[in-house]
Amino acid sequence: MISQFLKLEWKQYFRSSHWQKGIVLKILMGFLALYFIITFLIIGVGAYYILKKEFPEQDPLQMVNSYLLYAILGDLIVRYLMQKLPVMNIKPLLILPIKKSKLVHYVLGKSSLSIFNIFGLFFYIPFAIVLLKEGYDVAGVLGWLLTIILIIQSANFLNFLINKNNKVLIFIASVFVLLIGFQKFEIADVIGFGGSIFDGIYANPILSCIGIIVLAMLYQLNYKQLRNSVYLDEAVKDKVEEAKSADLSFTNKLGDVAPFIKNDIRLIWRNKRTKTVFLMSFLFLFYGLIFFTQKTYRDMPAMLMFASLFVSGGFALNYGQFIPAWDSAHYKMLMSQSFKYRKFLESKWILMVAMTSILYLLSFPYLYFGVDIFLMITAGAIFNIGFNSLFLLYAGSFNRKRIDLNKSGFGNTQGTSATQFIIIIPIMLFPMLLFWVFNKFVGGISGYLAVVLVGVLALLLKNVAMNVIEKKYIKDKYVMINAFGKEA
Amino acid sequence: MITIDTISKKYGTTEVLNVPTIDIPTGQSFGLVGNNGAGKTTLFNILLDLIRPTTGAITNHNIVVNQSEAWKNFTGSFIDESFLIGYLTAEEYFDFIGDLRGMNAADVTKFLTQFDEFFNDEILGKKKYLRDLSKGNQKKAGIVAAMMGNPKVVILDEPFANLDPTTQIRLKKIIKNLTENREITVLISSHDLTHVTEVCERIVVLDKGKVVKDIKTSSETLKELESYFAV
Repeated sequence: MISQFLKLEWKQYFRSSHWQKGIVLKILMGFLALYFIITFLIIGVGAYYILKKEFPEQDPLQMVNSYLLYAILGDLIVRYLMQKLPVMNIKPLLILPIKKSKLVHYVLGKSSLSIFNIFGLFFYIPFAIVLLKEGYDVAGVLGWLLTIILIIQSANFLNFLINKNNKVLIFIASVFVLLIGFQKFEIADVIGFGGSIFDGIYANPILSCIGIIVLAMLYQLNYKQLRNSVYLDEAVKDKVEEAKSADLSFTNKLGDVAPFIKNDIRLIWRNKRTKTVFLMSFLFLFYGLIFFTQKTYRDMPAMLMFASLFVSGGFALNYGQFIPAWDSAHYKMLMSQSFKYRKFLESKWILMVAMTSILYLLSFPYLYFGVDIFLMITAGAIFNIGFNSLFLLYAGSFNRKRIDLNKSGFGNTQGTSATQFIIIIPIMLFPMLLFWVFNKFVGGISGYLAVVLVGVLALLLKNVAMNVIEKKYIKDKYVMINAFGKEA
Repeated sequence: MITIDTISKKYGTTEVLNVPTIDIPTGQSFGLVGNNGAGKTTLFNILLDLIRPTTGAITNHNIVVNQSEAWKNFTGSFIDESFLIGYLTAEEYFDFIGDLRGMNAADVTKFLTQFDEFFNDEILGKKKYLRDLSKGNQKKAGIVAAMMGNPKVVILDEPFANLDPTTQIRLKKIIKNLTENREITVLISSHDLTHVTEVCERIVVLDKGKVVKDIKTSSETLKELESYFAV
């Protein structure tokens, strides 16, 4: 029976959409995953020696111990926000002759192998191995490691018990803040207290048995709760959110484009992935901080241009590159309706330009880093508005991958194809090169001017460009309908 | 008047559709019947210029559908759920389609009131996105949207599937009313022989892409179709 389950899991994993992608993307994602694993491993191995070097008079294990309490609380918050019990998977199994208790054990057991539980181990295990190598007590270190693993597993099951109860989140978050506050204002020695718990476990590894009891209890509670609610109208139920309609009549001023703008605003706000793109674009505002605050980049103007483009372009880039795949689910319907294709494209353009302008206004505080930086951001914004928004629309006509809006936002690469990699050249590298050439060989403000000029020129030629883009979309209509109709 | 002129569609070497000339006069209620894979949906998709035919052309009220888009102004259609926009509520969806078909908010509200009975209080004012409605209710919304903006041609693919019995009866009434004045042409496909013989005055049977029967509906038609399909 278990082997049957494992076979299902195997197929589910390898037949899921992210394996059906192009080879380039697979390799790229593989590298990214490898990068994170290796980074964690390096930190795990190196932490001991780094701490030893920086704080020679303190014991690295005790230092790590003293912050573990925060790590655990932080972990709980992240889990609360992102981890979900994969109950839906058992829906097709419910009517088969399998005991419900087995299904519940299976779901719970599977959850303990979740990535959230594995990730931290890439730090803790190498760290423990280094401790052993450095002559720490073997029983103590193993007891310590066991406790950590038990705590991670307990957090896993605690999270499902909490089950998206906002009050609990607020409670955990306030405990977290309170603890930091206590430490900061020296009301209580949280770090010392937290540290002493884990130091105690190292000294008496037998104490880790408490963890086993806690874990067993949490598992039992989960089991009981889930076992009683394996019904389609309880645990195994898709959540239906209540529709909330906002008044978008202000867009009516835009005339013919209004219905599409309204649609796009709803599209962005009501689907997880687009919402993530939207919210992330505000995070991109801070992208400049990484570059502008570091001396190394001060002497690499092309890199600063790169950052400047991102500051105002977060939305245009992330949303624009998947036009019109956002509408892939109902593309057939759109194509059987009577409207000028121009209006559909125009609405996307307006959206990108409006968001870029808003992000640009929000970037004014960058003046703090000097006029040079601010001019660069301005040039970047003008380039984004003039050139990039039009170019992204054109590039969109090459999109042939369907996007299912209902799928989650984070790390979702659905709809990604070679197009997304190739467009980087004109929209990012081209302005960087332009800026670099003029800045280096002509000097003064010519670099800014060159970038601005291309942006303004593109804006002036907008109607011509739109004609070309519209023709391209109409020409590729059948291919797109066919491609978007296929399951992603 | 719709003219289907020797339409064929090939994928590689397999021919999925090959129909000779079919004329559908204005105001006719035209039924398309056939087993799975007979080419019903393909024919409708070609009619809506969503798929290009390998040979032949379809003319919809003197407009060749893949040469001009003017036919879109007077043709309403509902093929499948992909015609709905999942993240909109029913009201927002009707507003959107209404906007595209030149109706203002008041027009849309007025238009929808005649379907109160058909909706049976399950569509409007539900605070649900279309993606969260049941299959049958999604279909109701799609069918009504296809009738917005005074179309001269209404195309419905499998309109009876997933509907509850009461709604099926109401839909039949609606379709009959549409063609009453002989101004609106209705094309429907169905697997349900009883329904289709009841609402359509002409029935074409497709089998593996070919027309095998073209019948003017009479009291004998249902029997004839049943004996044809009972193989």
